[in-house]
Amino acid sequence: METFIQQLLNGLVLGSMYALVALGYTMVYGVLNLINFAHGDVLMIGAMIGLTILQLLEAYVPGLPGYVQLALAILGAIPVTMLVNILIERIAYRRLRNAPRLAPLITAIGISILLQTFAMMIWGRSPLPFPQLLSSEPIMIGGAMISQTQVLLLVLAALAMGSLVLLVERTRMGRAMRAVAENPRVAGLMGIDTNRVIVATFAIGAALAAVAGVMWGANYASITFTMGVLPGLKAFCAAVLGGIGNIYGAMIGGLVLGIIEALGAGYIGDLTGGFLGSHYQDIFAFVVLILVLTLRPSGIMGERVADRA
Amino acid sequence: MSEQVILNIAGVNKRFGGLQALTDVGIRIMQGQIYGLIGPNGAGKTTFFNVITGLYQPDSGTFELAGKAYSPSAPHDVARAGIARTFQNIRLFGEMSALENVMVGRHVRTKQGVLGAILRHKAAREEERAIHVRAQELLDFVGIGQFANRTAKFLSYGDQRRLEIARALATDPQLLALDEPAAGMNATEKLGLRELLVKIKAQGKTVLLIEHDVKLMMGLCDRITVLEYGKQIAEGVPAEIQKNQAVIDAYLGGAH
Amino acid sequence: MALLTFDTQHKPRQAYTSMAIVLVLLLIFPFFAAQFGNSWVRIIDIALLYIMLALGLNIVVGFAGLLDLGYIAFFAVGAYLVGLFSSPQFAALLESVIYYSPAIGEALVAFFGPEIQQNGIHLSLWAIVPLAALSAALCGALLGAPTLKLRGDYLAIVTLGFGEIIRIFMNNLNDPINFTNGPQGINMIDPIRIFGVSLAGEAGSNATVHIGSYAMPSVNAYYFLFLALVIASIFITGRLQHSRLGRAWVAIREDEIAAKAMGINTRNVKLLAFAMGASFGGVAGAMFGAFQGFVSPESFSLTESIAVLAMVVLGGIGHIPGVVLGGVLLAALPEVLRHVVDPAQQALFGKVIIEAEVLRQLLYGLALVLIMLVRPAGLWPSPNKEERPNAALARDDEEASTT
Repeated sequence: METFIQQLLNGLVLGSMYALVALGYTMVYGVLNLINFAHGDVLMIGAMIGLTILQLLEAYVPGLPGYVQLALAILGAIPVTMLVNILIERIAYRRLRNAPRLAPLITAIGISILLQTFAMMIWGRSPLPFPQLLSSEPIMIGGAMISQTQVLLLVLAALAMGSLVLLVERTRMGRAMRAVAENPRVAGLMGIDTNRVIVATFAIGAALAAVAGVMWGANYASITFTMGVLPGLKAFCAAVLGGIGNIYGAMIGGLVLGIIEALGAGYIGDLTGGFLGSHYQDIFAFVVLILVLTLRPSGIMGERVADRA
Repeated sequence: MSEQVILNIAGVNKRFGGLQALTDVGIRIMQGQIYGLIGPNGAGKTTFFNVITGLYQPDSGTFELAGKAYSPSAPHDVARAGIARTFQNIRLFGEMSALENVMVGRHVRTKQGVLGAILRHKAAREEERAIHVRAQELLDFVGIGQFANRTAKFLSYGDQRRLEIARALATDPQLLALDEPAAGMNATEKLGLRELLVKIKAQGKTVLLIEHDVKLMMGLCDRITVLEYGKQIAEGVPAEIQKNQAVIDAYLGGAH
Repeated sequence: MALLTFDTQHKPRQAYTSMAIVLVLLLIFPFFAAQFGNSWVRIIDIALLYIMLALGLNIVVGFAGLLDLGYIAFFAVGAYLVGLFSSPQFAALLESVIYYSPAIGEALVAFFGPEIQQNGIHLSLWAIVPLAALSAALCGALLGAPTLKLRGDYLAIVTLGFGEIIRIFMNNLNDPINFTNGPQGINMIDPIRIFGVSLAGEAGSNATVHIGSYAMPSVNAYYFLFLALVIASIFITGRLQHSRLGRAWVAIREDEIAAKAMGINTRNVKLLAFAMGASFGGVAGAMFGAFQGFVSPESFSLTESIAVLAMVVLGGIGHIPGVVLGGVLLAALPEVLRHVVDPAQQALFGKVIIEAEVLRQLLYGLALVLIMLVRPAGLWPSPNKEERPNAALARDDEEASTT
């Protein structure tokens, strides 16, 4: 039972990060029908910038409390990731809005490679250690351990997702986003500047990815220029699982996928009589994706994709 | 003269969520007829087309082509059985030449596969040659023979419509189903289309035709069915349809 | 490109002459390059394998329009096949079976015999190539099957997922039964033997192959073999392109619904595309394993799938000469650049700022982005049958139609 709760907690932590990144994928897909293949690398940029900020803080303002340092790292990473995502939209995707569907996807793949290459050039090829800023004393819940960093992660993720819901449901911009997500042409006719909304969508997604990136680094204590690829893909799988284009779907999908992965990794040895071990953890996301697309393509909460008629 | 029933459809119902798109629709087309399907926008004409050609699955209905039951479950099976169609919004293979488009139409009546493609043995070469010849014949028949090598997307609108018809004819269909072939055409082009359809009928082919141009339909069709809101409100020869009060109401709004 | 044309349908004489010229150049290349050291020929050997991969992927992406992001999986299938059946690995496998379940292990040893238990299975080239092609084709169909109803971008991600799943399996299928030897990979793979002559040269000959009284370096021998395979691939894919099947593929790519309406069984035709494309990957993989002498999961990552895709996209999706060009550029150019750019940077800056690996990645990323933005049809797209007619032609057309 202890293992179960432990894996459940691990799953929630992992799932929260997936949810944050999945939101970025799902929002962009909702308005543009485009998989922003490079989104996982935005997470990586967030982590790298966060690390750089922490290093600067350590050099110039040493001795700040851990929470403050992390907060500053996140606050500093957000504008950079926003800028990166906005630039990507402007340079690469905007011109391909009406191109056949594969063109933006191929471009996105290229952007992903470029982001990784620039990161490799700036921060080097080897994994970089991410400082452990919070106390490493774990908190016990029902026989399972959770670190302070992980608790902070859950709290931040919940805050971020809550803010997003407020934004989408209660503000003018949120209403505009929902309108563009449903029918961009008609939204435009109603006076909404669709370009502005799309830029905002990319920016918000990037901000969420920055939070996820910094906390990923804090949680795993190590970051590298390829760290965004696999989590990005898995987050996309989570978005599809929840229902692509659907914000609540992305959140649910992320959490569910995280839990599936953690439980699966924990129990797969027992389930397969020792044939498959926890090394196979990474395939769960893809298996889930294939199952969802085959059995229930609209996902858990139903997809919400723009009416492109 | 023995008249064969080419298409015998009865009792087609189709529901999309809350909308009953077709209610108990059925038609009977005899060999060599041009049969028209008209009705206001949204009446269900294209839906009916899509049902009988396998793009949509009906909730109910019986389907017979030339006396044999056929299952409208998959479009390619329907094509093999003998119904070929064109589309309301032209669906050509844009990057292929006109000739290649029609050659694709021959796919369903030919059989060379991977080995034939790679080895190009005698049977494969002969089949390829036959496909080539027939495709050019059909292009000539519809009047665009000189554009055989032109990339399809660069053809003029009227020629694209003709190409779509040529491609459909390439499948050697029992029934040619045309979805608004005259849409977007001016008067001259419509005359050309009319001539083509008369030529097709003269060859003994049977045609099912959706169109909005009532004058064109009245002059061309042997029999007509009128749909409104998914129901058949009239069926008969053009003269009867023109005088039918229900039809007039449907098109002109009727008395409220 | 005006002088060089390969359009056998419309300009046969020019096309065949071009081909002859290129062929002669290709045949004398290794002897010319040998002046500068063996490494150049080795680079081209690997590039030739990548060209084969690009040609295979071109069937799936270029002809049929199915964006497969996991294509390298078939390369892996071929490579690990040769790793299992042309090396001592099978002996290790039997050993692990014996350890896991002595009963089954002993039964297998009885079946295969002590010779194989000692040394593993060593199939010859003539068995391996068809085996690799067929296994890969089967995998292609299997992996393609769940994707048949998916729209373009989802199909891409699912195929990517399959590619990753295969890589993870290759990385981990060493316990309890040792199929792939895990992250270490399989080494001591036999070199190719043609008619008893080993292309790696006999032991002690310093990697020199002796045919009769003629001697050439091993890399040259492989060069000619791979060149022959690439020429065969070009021939086969060209024949496929201009056939009933090829037209069906393009029809599906252009408009799947219309293709179905014209009687094409899109499910079967798509599966054929996956299978045919995969078979090239499998053969290339087998050659790769034998050439290198070892295989490890690192060579079969997502990066590699994307690299092959980049070759197809950069060169000219669907256009065979374009794809070959893309393969040459992206497979060979980074290496060439490295020999030029590194010393140049040394001379100018005193150190290397942009390393070869970084350069390679930059090239791939830029290739994909710039091509899609600026020239989406690729560097060398298929010449359009007849371009949009100019005014004079348009007038002629009008007169012709209304007559």
